Amino acid sequence: MLVWSRGGRIAFWAVFAVIFLVLIVAPLAVIVLASLAGKWDGVLPSHLTFGNLHRALSSDNSASLTTSLQTALIAGIGAVAVGSWAAISAARLPILLRRTVDGFFHLPVAVPSVVVGLGLLVAFSKHPLVLNGTKWIVILAQAMLVLAFAYSTVSAGLARLDPAYAEVAASLGARPGRVLWRIRLPLLLPSIAAAASLSMALCMGEVGATIMVYPASWRTLPVSIFGLADRGNAFLAAADTVVLLITTLIALLVIGRLRGRAHS
Amino acid sequence: MSTATAASVGTAKPAAVGPKRQLRGRGARVVLWALPPIVVVAGFVLYPLIEVVRQSFVDDNGHSAGISVWKSVYRSEQFRRAIVRTIELSAGATAGCIVIGTFLAIVLVFVPFPGAHSISRLVDIVLAFPSFLIALSFTFLYGSTGMLNSLLMRLTGAKTPPVNFIYSPWGVLLAEITFYTPFVMRPLVAAFSRIPREQLDVAASLGARPGRVIRQILLPEAMPAIAAGGSLTLLMTLNEFGIVLFIGAKNVVTMPLLVYTKSIVTFQYSEAAVVATTEVVLSLALYAAYRFAFSRAGGNRARVV
Repeated sequence: MLVWSRGGRIAFWAVFAVIFLVLIVAPLAVIVLASLAGKWDGVLPSHLTFGNLHRALSSDNSASLTTSLQTALIAGIGAVAVGSWAAISAARLPILLRRTVDGFFHLPVAVPSVVVGLGLLVAFSKHPLVLNGTKWIVILAQAMLVLAFAYSTVSAGLARLDPAYAEVAASLGARPGRVLWRIRLPLLLPSIAAAASLSMALCMGEVGATIMVYPASWRTLPVSIFGLADRGNAFLAAADTVVLLITTLIALLVIGRLRGRAHS
Repeated sequence: MSTATAASVGTAKPAAVGPKRQLRGRGARVVLWALPPIVVVAGFVLYPLIEVVRQSFVDDNGHSAGISVWKSVYRSEQFRRAIVRTIELSAGATAGCIVIGTFLAIVLVFVPFPGAHSISRLVDIVLAFPSFLIALSFTFLYGSTGMLNSLLMRLTGAKTPPVNFIYSPWGVLLAEITFYTPFVMRPLVAAFSRIPREQLDVAASLGARPGRVIRQILLPEAMPAIAAGGSLTLLMTLNEFGIVLFIGAKNVVTMPLLVYTKSIVTFQYSEAAVVATTEVVLSLALYAAYRFAFSRAGGNRARVV
């Protein structure tokens, strides 16, 4: 116990409550309120309605939602596959080489998202590989942005793994491929699932690189939200954001389920 | 370190078992297996970056321009202001996040209350949310027709909105502090949880007041976590784009926003490339310093990256 007096403790809690309300509760609550608002002239919104949310889920907007989901799914799977491969193969390298490769795989963390987008635009608008104008440039941008997070999550899991299982299997004559498939990957499944949920969530909300590269035919939800907010359609923007958050949470829960099953 | 020992570590076979040549072959295979992901990052991150640098030395028609684009960008008032603004915002937001994040972590761990655990869980979820969410909520909370202004106008009878900070750099700064505080808080909660309670109880029973316990026991113990979370926040706020874009204050132009407007809005790709290259150099230098500091501190890096 740090604070022994009752008054002191209450003072700490009061300051905590105020900061927590302003920093975390108020932004989330106000977005939900705005998504339900029909009108907002006074301190609180009036004419509460599900109309905004309904519109957010209808035709034009739901197209953005499916685009976002598809992009996040493909980019997330790609990033987790490459990131896991990178983590497992890098762990077997000699120490000096491993450090270099580790820094290299972390490179995308240090590159601003708009620059990742600009780079893809400049590099893939010309021969031999033209991706500009296709959905693949959006998927690629998001995959590269989350790759480092996927890599470091799986690496951390690998470092915590007890090497004895793999060693025993190898000493009993299992070939490296079999050890990887039957021992290492199953043991790593919780980390891989964690990497997948992190990647998926980050991709769903990605805006910097996406807004640089997206073609008109492949608008993700955050890009649509920006368009709405920019045109002053704030309530619909809020409703779209709520849809985005709920979808992200559901995706996280589903992956969390898989992860729980892998644990047991 | 020879490849042979690495191979023996990797497959956990005593080196004496196989002939040396076989082990060397296995070492080569280990390196070969690491190649495909390296090729992916090289092709889709490194090569585009090199193309950006190349673009900065040609004009928008593709003719070689030497350093003329660099000169004109570096001479422009807009670019200089953007650099200063970016660094100001990033440093300010990081300082704010460290102060508030440390306080919140201390209360969560050392002055716990019922429900403190679920609050930590909520913070974990908020970490996965996009940053533009905060910017959007700021319009409803603090905008000219937002909640705070409506309330103040009703209370004071003022005719014009009294609070206008969100359309100034302060709006972006506060939004960044709001969004990034959990990134500092999380590694700190983990670090504080490792400090044995007895240490605090002994200090307190010897008459140390909370302020002194925090200064002399908690902060030194948490320094690596503060430095890790802080430098990560510095890096992320340096590159923050969503908040600046969504708040859309006319006089707040940061470097990522400049890259966006120059390329997507006005199609000056070469000038955008100059700004982008400068930013990448700045951000890579910061990241290298961060990794260097933590490889020396014993690899005790923040969990987030």
